[in-house]
Amino acid sequence: MPYSPLIVNPMKEELTSVGFQELLTSEDVDAFMADKETTAMLVINSVCGCAAGQLRPGVRLALQNEIQPDRLVTVFAGQETEATKQARTYFADIPPSSPSIALFKDGELVYFIPRHRIESRSVEEVATDLTAAFDRYFAATPAS
Amino acid sequence: MGTFHQDKGELHGITVVVDTVGAEIYVGRCDELNEERIVLHDVDVHRQGDNGRSKEEYVERAARFGIWKQFEQLAIPAEAIASVRRLGDL
Repeated sequence: MPYSPLIVNPMKEELTSVGFQELLTSEDVDAFMADKETTAMLVINSVCGCAAGQLRPGVRLALQNEIQPDRLVTVFAGQETEATKQARTYFADIPPSSPSIALFKDGELVYFIPRHRIESRSVEEVATDLTAAFDRYFAATPAS
Repeated sequence: MGTFHQDKGELHGITVVVDTVGAEIYVGRCDELNEERIVLHDVDVHRQGDNGRSKEEYVERAARFGIWKQFEQLAIPAEAIASVRRLGDL
């Protein structure tokens, strides 16, 4: 059963207010994944206080980094269940985890942070992990 | 902002590795840990040697990728528990 919007909406707004687009349906997810020429961050948001409480501010902090994903999208586990299930089909060999963060480059999954790598860490540590991944995977490759 | 349940101990909601004095090792989200038992949600269990993997090899893989849950909920009695560790620390 989906959560009350009274609970979920403020958690969504923590991300949408900094530029994340919500993927609400399977079609939204497939349309997002069809673009294979950009970099992107998909956040699987959740109500989990043990991890999502660090995830959302950690993501916001990471977006102050010079190098960032081209696109920011989010699904909400336990709320938009169809969209979340569809998103997970694009990294089906990784066990389901929420909250979690997936980074894509040119349509390929390049980095994934599962829930257990968030729940024991501070906001700053989550941001540090993410910015290191942005720098590693999203930095422009010099023309040869 | 998130949801919390302050009365269930500091590991409530945290993904933990529960090693036992026997062949089994469990990974799951801790619901409650007390003097009698630990209750886990979304649990995977590995037995020493399953799929050719030791307990240590299983935990190493779980720490990298997470686990595929086999059980919604399990309770492990305190007398069977050898250690409880946070998966995220491994």
